[in-house]
Amino acid sequence: MPKIAIRIDGRRVETDEGSTVAAALINHGIWGFRRSPQGEIRGPLCAMGICFECRVTIDGEAHRRACMEICRPDMEVATDA
Amino acid sequence: MPEPLRARVVVVGAGPAGIAAAAVAAEVGSSVLLLDEAPSPGGQIWRSGSRSRLPATARRWLDRLHRSGARVVSEATVIDAEFPPHLIVDRRGRRLDVQADCVILATGSRELFLPFPGWTLPGVLGVGGAQALSKTGVSFRDRRVVIAGSGPLLLPVAAALVRDGARVITVAEQASRQSVMAFALGLWRQPAKLLEAGRLRAAFARSPYRTGVWVERAQGDGTVSSVTLTDGSNSWIEACDILCSSYGLVPNVELAVWLGCSLHGGAVEVDEDQVTSVGSVFCVGEPTGIGGCDLALVEGQIAGLVAAGVGSRSAGLRRQRAALRRIASRMEKSFRPRGELLHALEGATTVCRCEDVAWDRLEAVTSLRQAKLYTRVGMGACQGRVCGAALQLLKGWRADRVRSPLKPCRVGEMLVEKSSGEGT
Amino acid sequence: MTARHDALIIGGGIVGASCALYLAQRGLRPLVLEADFVGSGATSAGMGHLTVMDDSPAQFALSAHSCKLWSDLGGKHGEQWEDDPCGTLWVAAKEDELALVASKAAFYRGQGLPVDELSAAELRQAEPELRPDLSGGLLVPGDRVIYAPKAVRWLMDQAVSLGAEVREGTWVRSLEDRKVVCDSGPVEADVIILAAGAQSSRILPSLSLEPRKGHLVITDRYPDFCRHQILELGYLQSAHEMSGESVAFNVQPRATEQVLIGSSRELVGWDKSVNRDVVSSMIERAVEYMPRLAALSVLRVWTGFRPATRDNLPFIGRWEPIDGLWIAAGHEGLGITTSLATGELLADLIVARQPRIDPGPFDPMRVVGGS
Repeated sequence: MPKIAIRIDGRRVETDEGSTVAAALINHGIWGFRRSPQGEIRGPLCAMGICFECRVTIDGEAHRRACMEICRPDMEVATDA
Repeated sequence: MPEPLRARVVVVGAGPAGIAAAAVAAEVGSSVLLLDEAPSPGGQIWRSGSRSRLPATARRWLDRLHRSGARVVSEATVIDAEFPPHLIVDRRGRRLDVQADCVILATGSRELFLPFPGWTLPGVLGVGGAQALSKTGVSFRDRRVVIAGSGPLLLPVAAALVRDGARVITVAEQASRQSVMAFALGLWRQPAKLLEAGRLRAAFARSPYRTGVWVERAQGDGTVSSVTLTDGSNSWIEACDILCSSYGLVPNVELAVWLGCSLHGGAVEVDEDQVTSVGSVFCVGEPTGIGGCDLALVEGQIAGLVAAGVGSRSAGLRRQRAALRRIASRMEKSFRPRGELLHALEGATTVCRCEDVAWDRLEAVTSLRQAKLYTRVGMGACQGRVCGAALQLLKGWRADRVRSPLKPCRVGEMLVEKSSGEGT
Repeated sequence: MTARHDALIIGGGIVGASCALYLAQRGLRPLVLEADFVGSGATSAGMGHLTVMDDSPAQFALSAHSCKLWSDLGGKHGEQWEDDPCGTLWVAAKEDELALVASKAAFYRGQGLPVDELSAAELRQAEPELRPDLSGGLLVPGDRVIYAPKAVRWLMDQAVSLGAEVREGTWVRSLEDRKVVCDSGPVEADVIILAAGAQSSRILPSLSLEPRKGHLVITDRYPDFCRHQILELGYLQSAHEMSGESVAFNVQPRATEQVLIGSSRELVGWDKSVNRDVVSSMIERAVEYMPRLAALSVLRVWTGFRPATRDNLPFIGRWEPIDGLWIAAGHEGLGITTSLATGELLADLIVARQPRIDPGPFDPMRVVGGS
């Protein structure tokens, strides 16, 4: 599979072309993507756009579901965990 | 604002049901629009991604869709709808208006999650959720996985994860041995299905498959590191990196309800033509009752043919539908969540993940509406889709009325384009 | 069930709860009859702002005194209802609105309420998401935002701890001298308070109240997007519109860091469905003041009905034509704000204690005989 590069919390990482942002995060050891209102660390649950637990900030836009977004070259992903 | 799109038939959801409906309607010459949330068609069972291996049926249908002339609009989520059929769609953060003569709802289903202590730990996924992650690029190689849920979905997921190099420690089905055996034996009329089940079981032969076993709690520090399983008498701990736990499927009926379609037993009521209680709205696949891929394909084709005005061609399909529906109803009975699953919660167990509402905060509350206002349960980003189904079982609370936006959308998408002559 | 109670309150919203508490504090044991559940009406549908309003001397007296009561209570128990002393920012879009800012400031200061006039630059600093070319504004730092569903629960629980009783799911069918009739039968009391919000005119048709529908939009969490409750100066004009439909810019930060966007007013009877065109106008107005609102994620849109009177002042006092009947209703968009002062005023009138504000302007009899 061809690879592309994105940035996760400022760090440059490689991921398969066509993989989701969630996959890129998990493959790099990140299972906790954000915090709940009371500060609990959360990550994907349903992986199909329903639960909203996988939200990250993508290219400056908050509340993007990582499981539904395909990685693009030079994408900036910011977690909050 | 982009120009409104118009078609004779608009299909919502590009899983097997929607793909079949759109393809056959377009083949017969109708103008067809297929709207789908995901980046590409396939729904959940045929989800495409960097690591997905589509079965032959999926490839054939996707080819057929591609050749049919149906226009596929991906990354499109219906946020509102009114009559005559006018769908308001969020497409990549921008509003798209879609007008149609009729609508075919193929909105699929989502997993039923039942809370247990530790279920909010990262690394705890739905069974289908794990499959989705796998297809969309997550490597499960060498990960220790426990699958503890319910229903036939456990088998293909276990098989797929093993094939991907995961170490499936155990597969635990909450339904009793009798229930599962009865269901399997009932498949004697569909030997192909029995064969398939056997093949799948063989694919994860090295992992135990146990019935009458369910999750008591998950443990971990930052991510899940073990799960306590129980058979009602004994409990034991399995170390794991990933826990897959969900208990069957819940139909996605929100858009149907919003359009005024009546429900029966939580599913959308349809007639022999797959038409709902609202004349211009069809419904096919899981929202009419959880029934799997084959049934979805059949129902989709029936609706597509009827919507295109050639319903008379669907006789053979209707016979197939009857047989498949019989299997579906037996499946529903066999894998119903057992009572113990509803008592796995402790006071501090989170019920509403979006708003961090714990089980004990719902003790003194008597209705869902009251709970929403006092505790914010169901008032978060998932709009009650995760906690709602659980609360129906836990508290007997029926779902609250559906509101728009049906899914979160941008504030700006609610701006209506002024008709000419108004304002500047 | 013909029991006799010393006081009966029809309506378990924030006004009813306030009446229950103040009566209980004065030694009565009121029975609250609530059709659905405590706070299920306009109380939970609204924005929960505590705002001192200057549209008339009477409104000012009521809202200022009530805000003081809220502030005292908030100091001790505020976290129960997510009390947030964020203040209100009245915003002037154009130069000619600055005169309004000045006169508002003069009025508030004249009444002893500290306020700050903000220049365009200070406004930008106070709220970076506001459009940079606005002219200026007025900050009322004493105003607050609360979460009303929790506040009404707290007030009612306090009343109950002092001897009040609440019956939810109780629908009042009719009203006579010292008696109401419910589904379960008649209930008698020497004092009956009608505090059923916009529903009050269903129970007492000669009470001139209309439901004035409003829309609200709530977003996902955006920490620090806005720091104050923000209102356009035209808000009061919109609130006074007697007919037709109007929108006015109004946003509010919630304790959850969600942004609440309003406001709209229409008289369309009891149609609670969301009107897409009204929502669109409301958002268009809001985005004019805060452009990046357009990009925020919306979770929910809903409607509510404000109980509106002809002169925009509530009814607080005796209803002469029926023995024992008192009214505490018609608070339009200020129900949360003025609930405490309303309960205190009415309770004082009922036990014949010297009221702390002049009840004259709120006399329910002021509209009898007129059209």
